Amino acid sequence: MATIFDEMRGTEGSIRPVYQKLARWFEQTPPEVLANRFAEAEAFFRRIGITFAVYGDAQGTERLIPFDIVPRTIANGEWLRLTKGLEQRVRALNRFIGDIYGNREIIRAGIIPEDLVFQNPAFRPEMMQFRPAGDIYVHIAGIDIVRVDADTFYVLEDNARTPSGVSYMLENREAMLRLFPELFAQHRIRPVEDYPDKLLACMRSVAPKTATKEPNVVLLTPGQYNSAYYEHSFLADKMGIELVEGRDLYVRNNCVYMRTTEGPMRVDVIYRRLDDEYLDPLTFRPDSTLGVPGLMSAYKSGNVTLANAVGTGISDDKAIYTYMPDIIRFYFGEEPLLNNVPTWRCREPDALKYVLDHLNELVVKEVNGSGGYGMLVGPHAAQAELESFRAKLKAHPEGFIAQPTLALSTVPCFVNSGLAPRHVDLRPFVLSGADRIEIVPGGLTRVAMKEGSLVVNSSQGGGTKDTWVAE
Amino acid sequence: MLSRTADNLFWLARYVERAENLARIIDVASRLATLPSAFAGTSNEWEGAIATASCEENFYAKYDKATRENVIEFLVAGETNPNSIRNCLEIARTNARAVRTALTTELWEIINDAWLKIQNVSLRDIRDNDLGRFLGFIKDMSLQFDGAAYRTMLRTDHYYFERLGMLIERADNTARLLDVKYHVLLPDAEPVGGGLDYFQWTSLLRSVSGLTSFHWVYRETVKPWLVADFLILRPEQPRSLVSVYSSINQFLNMLAENYGRQGPSQRIARATFAKLGNTKIDGLFQSGLHEFLEEFLSENNRLGDALAEQYLQ
Repeated sequence: MATIFDEMRGTEGSIRPVYQKLARWFEQTPPEVLANRFAEAEAFFRRIGITFAVYGDAQGTERLIPFDIVPRTIANGEWLRLTKGLEQRVRALNRFIGDIYGNREIIRAGIIPEDLVFQNPAFRPEMMQFRPAGDIYVHIAGIDIVRVDADTFYVLEDNARTPSGVSYMLENREAMLRLFPELFAQHRIRPVEDYPDKLLACMRSVAPKTATKEPNVVLLTPGQYNSAYYEHSFLADKMGIELVEGRDLYVRNNCVYMRTTEGPMRVDVIYRRLDDEYLDPLTFRPDSTLGVPGLMSAYKSGNVTLANAVGTGISDDKAIYTYMPDIIRFYFGEEPLLNNVPTWRCREPDALKYVLDHLNELVVKEVNGSGGYGMLVGPHAAQAELESFRAKLKAHPEGFIAQPTLALSTVPCFVNSGLAPRHVDLRPFVLSGADRIEIVPGGLTRVAMKEGSLVVNSSQGGGTKDTWVAE
Repeated sequence: MLSRTADNLFWLARYVERAENLARIIDVASRLATLPSAFAGTSNEWEGAIATASCEENFYAKYDKATRENVIEFLVAGETNPNSIRNCLEIARTNARAVRTALTTELWEIINDAWLKIQNVSLRDIRDNDLGRFLGFIKDMSLQFDGAAYRTMLRTDHYYFERLGMLIERADNTARLLDVKYHVLLPDAEPVGGGLDYFQWTSLLRSVSGLTSFHWVYRETVKPWLVADFLILRPEQPRSLVSVYSSINQFLNMLAENYGRQGPSQRIARATFAKLGNTKIDGLFQSGLHEFLEEFLSENNRLGDALAEQYLQ
């Protein structure tokens, strides 16, 4: 395994410029003060009720996500480079999805194998030959980024369905501003607070032509038992829009209305945090009580915009992910500015052979999995687990990809013994409106709180920290 | 606003008010139970508490006898009691959580804090050592909630629905409290003005924090018909039926004004308020207090239903 790059100390041990003030501050602040602030942070999060639910966990229906008080800092120059790559990638995602549901040029050109698209469980035939407002499919993208050295950022995965976590980005900043005002006085940190305004502007820009000048935007949630409910209510609140559930909406004459105390009110844009298959029991799962009967028909009549569009899950697929560099080249004739993690497609016999021979060095992922479920981390796996994955791989090679175990960068975290390095990733949020792409500086940094661990998912004990883009 | 949001606000306030009323019911029962049996006669205060909380059916399905232990357990956290204090808080928080976006931070924090706190209290501790402190905590929570609603909520339909939930619940509770006390606890043989009466009726006043204010209004000793007058017809007493309905009318009118139209709930509330205004306490005793209260309770329920149909669905 390569040397681990620490974002504060590099590989040499000397403090990198962007961390210098921060390192000094943490050095000079007595440990009791830090411990106090740490306790305050925890109280703050519990008080405001920022919790998440873990599926398959009977007692802990609501849990706090661990928060670390040491900000992760990215230099403005690094960030600008990153944003160019993110923009390119998200533009490509939108073009690709439009093409897949349109003329399928990329398939006809032989770039992407047909079966990867048409046999994909996230492919929605209902979307064929339908063009959403502004040709935007992925209005909100969460692109997971990992860093391996001073210059190299990789895309780990694309989240084009209903990426979550942005409320943590905002609340983490809020907590830091309250707890460490003096740190903000010493640094020039680019603000993230305007994310909800930008999101609302983005939603309005893709309102259907039938909408009035002030389109009615709502946020559709599966309800308060969903793991991300806190985020849904938080965002609706900050945007000043209604937080609706399926039962608050109904469709008449292919238009969507919400039930209000004053009678029905027309809905123009739905920022939906509900998966495709639950959206409309008349089109998708008939047993869904979370959705709105007739919604798809209103959508396809162009009377309402759904964000993200239906069928974007196709690009979350980790097999499709491996083609992203080709996708960028195909549509734009440009080289990708942000690279993928080198990946083996287990569907290809040579790759499969390599993966099976090196299983204990690799990370193996299900192509349709998410949230760190169904993943094998070779170097940390027990023999039995390796063998069970070996069997799965042989039975369904097309269901898996494999990547080298990356030396994810570390950043300092506050632990019992003081500051200690922990592995992190980064999820910036990319907003695509009808006329522009917006990326709020920073994003959500997820931390593997256990020493040496590489798993940052909150469902598996990962935490978060504030992310600074420092000028 | 969304009908569901209005519904959540309405029930949030109702369940907070209900939790407080349950705390008051337990408070009164434990106060009366401390009286020497010569005063308390043969009546069982804890039976009275179950009757006032109107959960006899559920209670006696589980217990044979209304003892202090059983009643406190059942009303505070009984697992088969959908209206236990703990469950009221649970439901209040569920409703609050569903409308986080419609609540001020203060309101949310009061409910969330109380809910977090009640997760950690032990029933045994409440029963054996800490009943007074626990009941105080519930009353404080409700007072804080009420005050925070009054002080922090925008005066829009959000606020009107929150108030209406609290008021309709309060009317229900006041009427029920009177009905149960009048009916069950005044023994026929006891001469009016005797010791038992006195304690029964003063406890009733205490249960609505009205003992001191009773004396301010009447300047004489506590008499049953004056207690009834105080809690039904006196506009100065904020828990009296007439005063609650005056507020209900006011908020329903504001809603009608906001939305530009009236409906069944405005009409029902107006009729009930008018009827209260035309009632004299002497007449009330002649025609039967119990019948009057029963009819009031059913009208109050009808208002709740009409409101739901008109706005909340």
